Amino acid sequence: MSKKAFTALIIAVIAVLAVSFISPAFASAAEAVTEDAGIQAFFVELKDNIIEAFNELKNDIYTVLIKNDNYRHITDGLLVTIEITFAALIIGLALGFVVAIIRSTHDKTGKFKFLNSICKLYLTIFRGTPVIVQLLIIYYLWLGKAGVHENIAAIVAFGINSGAYVAEIVRSGIMSIDNGQFEAGRSLGFNYVQTMIYIILPQALKNVLPTLANEFIVLLKETSVASFIAVKDMMKGANALVGFTYNMNIPYITVALIYLVMVLVLQKGVSLLERRLRNSDH
Amino acid sequence: MTTDNILIKVTGLQKNFGSLEVLKDINTEIKKGEVVVVIGPSGSGKSTFLRCLNRLEEPSGGKIEFGGVDITDKHVNINKHREKMGMVFQQFNLFNNHTILKNITLAPVKLGIMKKDEAEKKAMELLKRVGLEEKANAYPSQLSGGQKQRVAIVRALAMNPEVMLFDEPTSALDPEMVGEVLDVMKELAQSGMTMIVVTHEMGFAREVGSRVVFMDEGVIMEENSPEEFFANPKNPRLKDFLSKVLI
Repeated sequence: MSKKAFTALIIAVIAVLAVSFISPAFASAAEAVTEDAGIQAFFVELKDNIIEAFNELKNDIYTVLIKNDNYRHITDGLLVTIEITFAALIIGLALGFVVAIIRSTHDKTGKFKFLNSICKLYLTIFRGTPVIVQLLIIYYLWLGKAGVHENIAAIVAFGINSGAYVAEIVRSGIMSIDNGQFEAGRSLGFNYVQTMIYIILPQALKNVLPTLANEFIVLLKETSVASFIAVKDMMKGANALVGFTYNMNIPYITVALIYLVMVLVLQKGVSLLERRLRNSDH
Repeated sequence: MTTDNILIKVTGLQKNFGSLEVLKDINTEIKKGEVVVVIGPSGSGKSTFLRCLNRLEEPSGGKIEFGGVDITDKHVNINKHREKMGMVFQQFNLFNNHTILKNITLAPVKLGIMKKDEAEKKAMELLKRVGLEEKANAYPSQLSGGQKQRVAIVRALAMNPEVMLFDEPTSALDPEMVGEVLDVMKELAQSGMTMIVVTHEMGFAREVGSRVVFMDEGVIMEENSPEEFFANPKNPRLKDFLSKVLI
């Protein structure tokens, strides 16, 4: 995203929030002031209303987030969110790599027919159904019954789900490398595995690294549905706050802002990575 | 053994791609130090023939003996034999993510043939021989086509091969770069390297080749010394081919 577009977006978001925050003040000010009282009275009323709204907001933030260390629900949840995301990422990468190598070896050489069809079945199922359905099935029909902790179940579910996407990303990277690179490796005496490790995979990975990083960002956001199986992640923390403070605005907007900040930081990282890779593009 | 001097012996070599017969019945012997130039119209099977020699294409039938070993045998470790068969491709196929030096030393070091410093020393000597020692730390994308192909030749030579296979090494080059690559190949031939060269460069065939082979429709139609081959072609197809390429 260019800097200008980004600034415009931020301004738009702030404007929408500001309008939704101030418009009630407008409405009530307009109601309170009678027609003959004049425009000045309207502005005085409006000013009072805005100040009142700000105070109310300050008050709400205090009672919902600060009082009784309520924010801990969200920050503790944040740690769980990060933990699940990273663990699932590692499972997804490992699984995705294995599947990608099996699939591309099959495409190139015709070997691993049986394994390839298993991989294809896996990809079809996990890319063809919503992640939340997979999560519920894995927890309630399998791991939960076996007494596995819900956090572990979430890690497994998101890991397997992410693996399916990583597999196709890595496979596309492997297949994008010119077959001549492969033949050159083989002609020098490298076997299939050595050619993959020394020649094909480093180039393939470099090509797909930005896409893989994006998959990581998607995964981070997707884990927010883990609260469906009672994982105490950030979303669950927000829900809990809503439950006992009866305030919906502040917990959800806080969580949204935290997700947004994390995603923006990661995206910045991705674009730095992309630029570095482009600079070393030989 | 009486076959001591024969490096490669091809008997009844066949290759099919599905129902398409690309090589029908190839029989030939390549002696040590020979420079065999293979010419023929496109689609004649000459590249496939070359790629069958190190089994980049799996032969459908027949036998290839390399140094007395039948390398079409499924139990043979083809990788070991490929180390001794250098190959140069039309599209260079340098490893784009590595420097020139790493391109050359990667295989000898990773395959345990040489130590890193030894391989680098040899690589620098070879680069000097082709006049590219100052490019050692450049990347392939920074080189011209002719330079890339000279590096590709060096990369194959770094493995100390017994034979070099050239698959149309100058066909992807701009005309003004053909000469520099042919010069390197010529120098290599004069140093006594056994070479099999698929090419359209008739001048090279005439000047450097010790034998010229004409292939068409998947068979060897005629083979002879360059003098006889170009002065006295016997096969009508070869006559026709030469009349088109030698203007």
